[in-house]
Amino acid sequence: MVKQVSTVDTTKNAKNTPDKEQPWRELGLKQEEYDRIKLILDRRPTSAELAMYSVMWSEHCSYKSSKIYLRQFGEKVTDEMKKNLMVGMGENAGVVDIGEGWAVTFKVESHNHPSYIEPFQGAATGVGGIVRDILTMGARPIAVMDQLRFGAVANPDTARVVNGVVSGISFYGNCLGLPNIGGETVFDKVYQGNPLVNALSVGALRHEDLKLAKASNPGDLVILFGARTGADGIGGVSVLASETFDADGPSRRPAVQVGDPFAEKVLIECCLELYAAQVVAGIQDLGGAGLSCATSELASNGRAGMRVQLKEVLLRDESLTPEEILMSESQERMMAIVPKKDLKAFTAIVNKYEVEFSVLGEVIREPRLYINWGKEEIVNVPPRSVAHDGPVYERPVAYPAWLDNLNNNSVNHAQLRRATNPSELAEQLIQIVSSPNQASKSWITDQYDHYVGGNTALAMPDDSGMVRVSEETGLGVAIATDANGRYCQLDPYNGAKLALAESYRNVASSGAVPMAVTNCLNFGSPENPEVMWQFKQATAGLADGCLELGIPVTGGNVSFYNQTGDVAIYPTPVVGVLGVIDDVARRIPSGWQDAGNNIYLLGITRDELDGSVWSEVIHDHLGGKPPVVDLAAEKALAELLQGASLQGLLASTHDLSEGGLAQTLVESTLRFGMGARVWLNEITERDQVDLTAALFSESTARVIVSVGREDDVKFVGLCEARTVPVLRIGVTDASGQLEIQDLATWSIEELKNTHGATIPELFG
Amino acid sequence: MKIGVVTFPGTLDDRDAQRAVRIAGGEVVKLWHADADLHSVDAVILPGGFSFGDYLRCGAIAAQAPVMESIIDAANGGLPVLGICNGFQVLVESHLLPGGLIRNEHQHFICRDQKLIVENIDTAWTNGFKLGQEITIPLKNGEGGYIADDETLRRLEGDGLIAFRYSEVNPNGSVNNIAGLRNERGNVVGLMPHPEHAVEPGFGPDTPLAMRSGVDGLTFFTSVLNQVVNS
Repeated sequence: MVKQVSTVDTTKNAKNTPDKEQPWRELGLKQEEYDRIKLILDRRPTSAELAMYSVMWSEHCSYKSSKIYLRQFGEKVTDEMKKNLMVGMGENAGVVDIGEGWAVTFKVESHNHPSYIEPFQGAATGVGGIVRDILTMGARPIAVMDQLRFGAVANPDTARVVNGVVSGISFYGNCLGLPNIGGETVFDKVYQGNPLVNALSVGALRHEDLKLAKASNPGDLVILFGARTGADGIGGVSVLASETFDADGPSRRPAVQVGDPFAEKVLIECCLELYAAQVVAGIQDLGGAGLSCATSELASNGRAGMRVQLKEVLLRDESLTPEEILMSESQERMMAIVPKKDLKAFTAIVNKYEVEFSVLGEVIREPRLYINWGKEEIVNVPPRSVAHDGPVYERPVAYPAWLDNLNNNSVNHAQLRRATNPSELAEQLIQIVSSPNQASKSWITDQYDHYVGGNTALAMPDDSGMVRVSEETGLGVAIATDANGRYCQLDPYNGAKLALAESYRNVASSGAVPMAVTNCLNFGSPENPEVMWQFKQATAGLADGCLELGIPVTGGNVSFYNQTGDVAIYPTPVVGVLGVIDDVARRIPSGWQDAGNNIYLLGITRDELDGSVWSEVIHDHLGGKPPVVDLAAEKALAELLQGASLQGLLASTHDLSEGGLAQTLVESTLRFGMGARVWLNEITERDQVDLTAALFSESTARVIVSVGREDDVKFVGLCEARTVPVLRIGVTDASGQLEIQDLATWSIEELKNTHGATIPELFG
Repeated sequence: MKIGVVTFPGTLDDRDAQRAVRIAGGEVVKLWHADADLHSVDAVILPGGFSFGDYLRCGAIAAQAPVMESIIDAANGGLPVLGICNGFQVLVESHLLPGGLIRNEHQHFICRDQKLIVENIDTAWTNGFKLGQEITIPLKNGEGGYIADDETLRRLEGDGLIAFRYSEVNPNGSVNNIAGLRNERGNVVGLMPHPEHAVEPGFGPDTPLAMRSGVDGLTFFTSVLNQVVNS
C-alpha cells in the first residue's frame, strides 16, 4: 500500500530541498529577482511564495520600471497644491476635499491586454476593478467614464474589439447603476494589436467615512467576502499585463477574468452598509494579484502581520491548488479587517445581502505573513517585501533614432497642399467632421445609461461630465480626460502637457474649478530604451504642467508592454482632471442654446497643423511639432470662464482642440440644433493666418463662447480686464443652418447626418 | 401619503424613484424584497434595474420574492402599483400585466430621450395627463421589446389597456409601439421608460426651452397622490 504523501510545497520542504527547480521564469520573474527572493527568505521560496512574489513583483503591481519617474508627482508640488489633498498617491485612489464636509475620490486604470484577448470580459472587468478601488476608499461610486483606443476602422478585427468592448462596458456599467458621463474613442492603426481600454470612476464620501487599506490591530479578523474564488484570471497581472504579445503565441484567454456585475452591485450596497455600521477597520478590494495582493498590502500598510488559513477560502472549484488560490483574480471579492467584537454585526449585514464570507485568519503584531494550507505552512514572508519593497529599476533610456526625422517632416516641410477655394475648404470640413475620430460617438454612448442616480448634470457630448454630489446645495464635480497619441509621438513631454491642458480647459469650460489630476500612462515595452525615454519625457511634462497649473496628481496607473513584436503604440498618457462647482445649476453646456447670442472666439490662432486632424484626415501625414502649450494662457482663460460663469454671462462654452474651430462650430450647432452665422475674416486678419489655419489649426488655450446680447459689454470688458484675446466671430440664429460666410452654408439636418452616420455605418 | 419603493438585489433606480416621490410631495417608505410587510403604504413603485442580475429572465426571480406575494394580493385589491422598466418586467412575470419583454430588436442596450403618447388617463398613475398628450421620458433598456399573442393584443387594444405608445421612434421593436400598459382596474401601470428620471429641472431630458429641463415624469407621481387623496 502506497502511503499518501502531501504534494504541497511547505516552508519546511523548501528548507530541505534548496536546489529544487522552480518555474520562476514562466511566472515572469528575472534571475536577479528570483535570487533576491532567496536572499529575503534565506531559503528558496515555496511554490506558494513564488506565486505571490511573481504577481506582486510584476510590472503591473510593483511599478518597478516607472517608480523612479512617478515620484516627481509627489515632489513637484507646493503646499498650496496639497491643501485639499486628503489622500495622495499610493493608496487605492486619491481623495480630494471638495468642501461642505464632502470629499471625492477618482482614478483611471487600464485593462488593455485582457480587452484585446477577450474584449467583452476584459472591458467589463476593467469597469468592475476601478469601481472597487473607489469603493475601497469608503466612497459611494457615483459615475464612470472610459477612454478607448482601437485599431484602424478598415481592419476587419477592429469591429470585433469595438463591439466586444462597448458591449462589455455597457453590460457591466449599466448593471452597476453608475452613470457613464463621458470618455474618449480614438481609432488609429497603432492600436491594432494593442487596443487601450481605460476606465475611470469617481466616488463621493463624507470626510469622516474615509477608509484605508490597512490591518494594524492584532486580533482583528481577516475576512474574505463576495464572490467565490475560481480559476479565472490566474496570473492576469504577470502573464498578461507585463509582457509583450507575440503575434503567434498561445491563446491567453484563461488569464482573463470573468465579471458578474450583479454580484458587484450587491457588494457595493453591502460594503456601504458595513461602513455605515462602522464594523470595518480596514478594507481592500481584490483585483490584480488577488489574495496575494490583499493580504500582503493590508499587513504591510498596517505595519503588522497576518495569520491566514487558505483552506477557509470559499471556492467555485474545489480542485484549485493553494498557488492558484493565491493568484486567482476572480472578480467581485473584498477583504475586510473586522474587530472580533463586530463580527456579529458584520455577519448580520452580509447575510442581509446574501453575500458569502469566510474568516481566513487574524492580524498579528509580528510583521510577518503566515499562510497555512491545513496544518502545513506554505507562506512565511515579511509582507512589506511582497507588497512594497519590490525591485525598482532604472531602465536605460535612449533618444529615439527616428524622432529628428519625424520632427523635421512638418506640414510645411512636406508641403502638404492647402485648399485654394471655398468649396474645397468646405469639402475638407465635411471630410473632417465625418472622419471616424471626429464623428459623433453617440452610437457608443447611447449604449450607456447616463441617467441613473438622478445626479447627472452634464454628460457626453458636452466637454466634460458633471455629477451633483450634494442634493442639498448642488455642490458637484466635473471630470474630463484627454490624450493625443499623435502629439505624444512627436513630443512626449509637450504631448503630456497638451493632454493636461485640454482636460483642464474642458473642465473649466463647464464652469467648474479644476482641482486635481489622475492619469493612466499607456506605453510600449519599458525594456525598449526609446519607449523608456518617451515615458521619462511624458511624466516630466505632466508633473511640470501640474506644478504650473497648481493642481496635484492624486493617483494613477501605468500600463506598459502595449506593443506587438517590436512595434509600440504611440505614447498615450491619458490625463483626467477633476473640477469642483459650488452649484451644478450653474453648469455650462457645449452647444448654443438661444438665437441671437453673440459667438466669441477667445485666444489666439496660430498656424499649427503639425499632428493635427487636418494633416491626418486630408493628407494621412504625421510629422513636425505639436502645438505650443501655454499653461499661463490656459490658466488665464480658465479664470476668465470662471468669472464669467459666476456672473451668469455664458450661454455655452466649447473648447477648441482636435479638428480646430471647424469641429467646434459643427458640434456647437448640433448640440441643441441651434444655427449660426460665422465669419472668419477677422481671425485671418488679426492672427495673420490663412483660412486653412483659421478652420483647422489646433492652437491651444482657445474656446468659443456664446453670450446673450444684453451681457456683451460686460463680457468683453471682463476679457479685456484679464487680457484674454477676444474676437466676435458670429451670431446664433434660428435659421436651421450653419453658415460660414464666404465659404458654405449647411442645413443642421445635413450636418447631423454627416457627423452621425459614420460610426453606425462602420459598427452598427 | 405613503408610497413604498421596493429594493431587490440589483435594483438600481430605487433612490431615483424615492426622490421622485419626495419631489411630488409624497412620503417614501423603503420596502425590502425579503420583507412581505407592506407597512401600510398607499401605493407601491417597482423601480428599474437588474433585479437578481436579470438571471433566468428579466424580473422572473424578483416576481417570486416575499414582498411580491403581498404586492400581488394588494394590487388585486386595488392598491396602485407602478412598474418602471425592470419593475414592468416584474409585473409581467407576476401576471399582473399580460405579455412579455424580450431583447431589443437591434440587440443593443439603448439610452435615449423618448417621446411617448399618453393613450389612457383612467389610471392611478396617468390621471394628471391629457389624453393623447406627447411627453418626453428617458428610456434605457436592453430587453424592452414588448410582445404578446394576437388575442392578447386584440384585448389590449380593444379594452383600452395600452397606457403609452412610443412616438416618432420605436426604440426596441415593441409590437404596436407599446411602451406601457394598464390593468383593467387602472391601478396597475407598467412601462419601459423611466418617469423618475424626468422630475427635477436640471437632471431630466432636454426640452426646446432649456437643457435637461424636462419634468414630464412628475405627473405620474402627482397623479397617484391626487388619486389617493380623492379616494
